[in-house]
Amino acid sequence: MEEIKLRAENLNLYFGKKQILKNVSIAFPKNQVTALIGPSGCGKSTLLRSFNRMHDLSPDAKIEGKLFLENLDLYDKKNSVTDIRKRIGMVFQKPNPLPKSIFENLSYALNIHNYPKHSIPNLIEAALKESFLWDEVKDELKKPAVKLSGGQQQRLCIARTVVLRPEVILMDEPCSALDPLSTKKIEELIEKLKENFTIVIVTHNMQQAQRISNKVAFMYLGEIIEFDTCDTIFKNPKNELTQRYIGGHFG
Amino acid sequence: MERKHFVNSFFWFILGGSTLIVVSFLGIILWDIFSKGFSSLSWAFISSFPRDGMTQGGILPAIIGTVLLTLITTLFSVPFGVACAIYLNEYAKPTLLTNIIRASIRNLAGVPSIIYGLFGLALFVQALDFGTSVLSAGLTLGLLSLPYIITTTEEALKRIPNSLREAALALGVTQFETIKDVVLPKALPGILTGVILTLSRAAGETAPILFTGVAFFINGISASPYQEFMALPYHLYMLSTQHNEIEQVRPLAYGTATVLILVVFSLNSMAFYLRFKNRTQD
Ligand SMILES: Nc1ncnc2c1ncn2[C@@H]1O[C@H](COP(=O)(O)OP(=O)(O)O)[C@@H](O)[C@H]1O
Ligand SMILES: [Mg+2]
Repeated sequence: MEEIKLRAENLNLYFGKKQILKNVSIAFPKNQVTALIGPSGCGKSTLLRSFNRMHDLSPDAKIEGKLFLENLDLYDKKNSVTDIRKRIGMVFQKPNPLPKSIFENLSYALNIHNYPKHSIPNLIEAALKESFLWDEVKDELKKPAVKLSGGQQQRLCIARTVVLRPEVILMDEPCSALDPLSTKKIEELIEKLKENFTIVIVTHNMQQAQRISNKVAFMYLGEIIEFDTCDTIFKNPKNELTQRYIGGHFG
Repeated sequence: MERKHFVNSFFWFILGGSTLIVVSFLGIILWDIFSKGFSSLSWAFISSFPRDGMTQGGILPAIIGTVLLTLITTLFSVPFGVACAIYLNEYAKPTLLTNIIRASIRNLAGVPSIIYGLFGLALFVQALDFGTSVLSAGLTLGLLSLPYIITTTEEALKRIPNSLREAALALGVTQFETIKDVVLPKALPGILTGVILTLSRAAGETAPILFTGVAFFINGISASPYQEFMALPYHLYMLSTQHNEIEQVRPLAYGTATVLILVVFSLNSMAFYLRFKNRTQD
């Protein structure tokens, strides 16, 4: 039996009066890659952002149901949202490096979370190596991060998340703004990262989902239609909607 | 085809012509002031007190007064204005009340400056008993500047994409730290541009300081914020219209105008430079 890292139980989410997520229950296994697929607007990003509480800043977002990181109730008032976000990292669709140097992009959160000063350079080197970026930037760590290419920026954003050693990494279409070569690098990176992290990734690219994921959830109009192993979803889906979606009949 | 061509040139003519007219007015004004003012400019002019019933000497106290005044205006309006803008843009929920507050602030920017002068007289000079002083006048100009500072700061904060805030928040950084370490540094050039333009406008105001502390003439300058003061715009007004020997002091008036314009120009070019630098960075 696989160990569950992150889960949602009967999650309903509304923006104003509009219900975006409908009774979503899903459990993500530890140290595996789970892909969320589905037509755009079906609520994949919204679901992903519920876990690290990014909706806290939208005044019209209303959430019902329970979300857990292992046994930690993510929306319990007692639990600090900054702790939760440190344990559940996120990589966004568009690379969003901080307007600081490469080094500071990683050191910033380490300083905020009071990591001992002397340990920081080593942690940063390790995270950059783990994100396949070290060799490209090791001589110019002081350079502004925005000067990097798009693919490098995205790997920096991954490194920035990885350096905090979160337990889960949420990725919202991390390759959609990148060229094929950068995409390939990031896929290799994800393959490697799942040894240490639980990864939930939203993707529009069916080939990518097949290449990198262990399990796949197909969402449609705010509901989880089918959730199964990658093989089953792509070779032998049970639901007719899933069949049609992966067959490319709507998108 | 002919007709289209004609319409095109016609509009070009109208638009280009309007621009030319505006620019030539500016040119004429500047030429007039500089050509008559430069001859009065000298080190003595900007470093000495007026003498002989202000027919001789320089404008040192007016320069110092304007600097002090602007300093008080800055100390008062910049922290409050920036804090208010941060609250409105980063914290306040978009409710009806927030929108009413925002609209009121924009409307305050349209209130004539003489009204601020009267208000400053009632509040700072009388009710708070600061007397007619550089403090009262600085605070009055601060009130006048607040709506501009709030509005321009809010615009600068709005230009910072949300993805940047999310980048920091997703790392477990608090909202306050995100604003302090990521949003404000990135918005700083925009904020400074607004602040400088506002202050350069405030430094040239006459009406709000008229009732609140500006003086015709003072003998000496102390460090007290409760003293009356001289200021460049008022000194200019006085030399040009209130003096007994208007003809005789004309060159001094032009000299004062030149100094005032140079001060405002250098402030504005600072703002222009900041904006330019910021744009080329992105
Ligand atoms: N902050 C928000 N306020 C209101 N509606 C939103 C907000 N964010 C997303 N939505 C709506 O929620 C729905 C799902 O969006 P999203 O989760 O981004 O879809 P996906 O990532 O699957 O493309 C869309 O209809 C979108 O318009
Ligand atoms: Mg999305």
